[in-house]
Amino acid sequence: MSATEARFSGTATYIATEDLKVAVNAAVTLSRPLLVKGEPGTGKTVLAREVADSLGLDLISWHIKSTTKAQHGLYEYDAVSRLRDSQLGEPGVKEIGNYIRPGRLWDAFTHVSGSGKAGCVLLIDEIDKADIEFPNDLLLELDRMEFHVHETGQTVRAETRPVVIITSNNEKELPDAFLRRCFFHYIRFPDVETMRAIIEVHHPGVKDDLLAEALGLFYGLREVPGLKKRPSTSELLDWIRLLMADQVPPSALKASREEGRLPPLSGALLKNEQDLQQLDRLARR
Amino acid sequence: MFLRLFFGLREAGVPASLLELLTLIEAMAQRVPAFSVDDAYHLARATLVKDERHLDRFDRVFAQVYQGLGEAAGETPEEILADIPEAWLRKLAEKHLSEEEKARIEALGGWEELMETLKKRLAEQQGRHQGGNKWIGTAGTSPFGAYGYNPEGIRIGQHESRHRRAVKVWDKREFKNLDDTVELGTRNVKVALRRLRRFARTGAATELDLDGTIRATAHNGGLLDLKMVPERHNAVKVLLFLDVGGSMDDHIRTCEELFSAVRGEFKHLEYYYFHNCLYEFVWRDNKRRHTERIPTHEVLRTYPADYKLIFVGDASMSPYEIVYPGGAVEHWNREPGEAWLRRALDTWPRAVWLNPVPERYWGYTPSIGMIGKITEGRMFPLTLSGLDQAMRALL
Ligand SMILES: Nc1ncnc2c1ncn2[C@@H]1O[C@H](COP(=O)(O)OP(=O)(O)O)[C@@H](O)[C@H]1O
Ligand SMILES: [Mg+2]
Repeated sequence: MSATEARFSGTATYIATEDLKVAVNAAVTLSRPLLVKGEPGTGKTVLAREVADSLGLDLISWHIKSTTKAQHGLYEYDAVSRLRDSQLGEPGVKEIGNYIRPGRLWDAFTHVSGSGKAGCVLLIDEIDKADIEFPNDLLLELDRMEFHVHETGQTVRAETRPVVIITSNNEKELPDAFLRRCFFHYIRFPDVETMRAIIEVHHPGVKDDLLAEALGLFYGLREVPGLKKRPSTSELLDWIRLLMADQVPPSALKASREEGRLPPLSGALLKNEQDLQQLDRLARR
Repeated sequence: MFLRLFFGLREAGVPASLLELLTLIEAMAQRVPAFSVDDAYHLARATLVKDERHLDRFDRVFAQVYQGLGEAAGETPEEILADIPEAWLRKLAEKHLSEEEKARIEALGGWEELMETLKKRLAEQQGRHQGGNKWIGTAGTSPFGAYGYNPEGIRIGQHESRHRRAVKVWDKREFKNLDDTVELGTRNVKVALRRLRRFARTGAATELDLDGTIRATAHNGGLLDLKMVPERHNAVKVLLFLDVGGSMDDHIRTCEELFSAVRGEFKHLEYYYFHNCLYEFVWRDNKRRHTERIPTHEVLRTYPADYKLIFVGDASMSPYEIVYPGGAVEHWNREPGEAWLRRALDTWPRAVWLNPVPERYWGYTPSIGMIGKITEGRMFPLTLSGLDQAMRALL
């Protein structure tokens, strides 16, 4: 059974496009993973949180690193502790179960959300960081929502299938067999209207004229050739927060644009020193 | 709709798999998209495309399928879907599915089982949607009315007209529009004509027709068009066999027009039409293709061996249609298409096959290779240089 009959339709703090809602609902209804791709800062990671909130489920996050193995998500056998305990003559040492450390998948399979609802949302964040075999190694477990613990002979099974959301930054191609089992959504970089809505949920009081100037500068900046890291939604949100806090008037943004200076507080937009210099050079011309 | 979309995507190089198609049908049955066509579009996209580089291709294919449904004047989407001939679908699958997927179908209990499953899911779907559901209620305006599927719709060999109509609709959409990849078009039609003319006049000694050249050149908008007059009467006789009723129709028409434009230059030019492969009958008037059939034997008897034989067709079909009796899509053929092709090639040894499918795609369609073999490598792309090579091969 799927975790819930509820439908995801965005939240007060997250702007979901129609296609994203359909993709999420497909994943929830059919209990298949949703793979989300898109430029950094387009809201992939926070999506899982928002889906969890809107479905009234808890979120369990598994952040993947280059050294993460599929087994880590299931459980790890802590042989070192056991060895130490046996030398100290600890009483529990005979019980191997005491040294089995459940991973995030295990947690997710057995979790009961605080709301009392069975199930949860499991985020597997940046799956492309791990090595190329990783997704395939998880296929069976994600398909069947169960796995076996050899050391104890126990089977861990999800009574309620968690909603699985997987993100990727496209650093590696993902295997076909894995892809076929997922629904897929590519978050396009938000257009101006969507971006305006996103900003408004984060900074409700923002003035129209400031927003208009800021958006103009921001989208212009994204077009500057040769930037190492184009500013994305998260940088824009930070920048606008600073502009508001500093009470920078819209006219100051306008002036910087017209006079070809770097905009105020541009360090929030361009985090990379080289990019700032590049922009400064261009601005001076 | 979704089957067509699915095969359309495969044809366009989007590697959608059977598993994904089943997922899509399941999601439809569980009503993931709530009533709107847009939602259904999003769902299909999230299910069938797993690489953002393919999204645009998906959009194009979807648009084509969607538009196609609207065009089918007088036929409701329900009717179109209800008429999917199973055998035809099977052939499509033969052509498009990978070995792995075929194995999967076998594991699922074979095609019959799969079709049963499909039917069941769609029937459930229909059951759920009874009562004021927009998708079904507004047949003809909503393409997803197609999901008001007749569970008994998957039948083989309906009475002729329905069956034929279904095939035609499918045929029309099997290939993506290849307009931009086929080079023989209106822009270079003049050059093509000149080459054909040259071909038509071979064997006849000629002299410059000054008046004719001036007239023709003026007519040509100043583009020099040399007019030659034959000393003796022109010797070339041509038999043209055109494959019609498929998505390549436009290109085949272009070719047909080319030949008719120089008709006067040939000693004889005769046309016949066929569909996909040559079988026991052909026809001369495409509008009356089902009433005025001409036995192929008769054609074989009528024209002597010095006629040059030119087939024009995409040669894209299920291998069944070439090698098996009964493999034809539109009728029951007692003898395989290959037998008829060979008979024709024996009768008129000077023969070529012109193919509007761009040459770089030939390798993806086994039937193109098979016909290439049968014609002993005399298949040429329908481009200027292909036309040139073909004409040379005919001399
Ligand atoms: N559609 C959206 N609605 C609301 N906030 C968004 C949206 N997209 C991005 N954001 C904001 O942008 C920032 C970056 O999002 P994040 O999920 O970390 O991006 P990613 O994981 O794609 O790199 C977050 O602060 C998030 O709240
Ligand atoms: Mg992230």
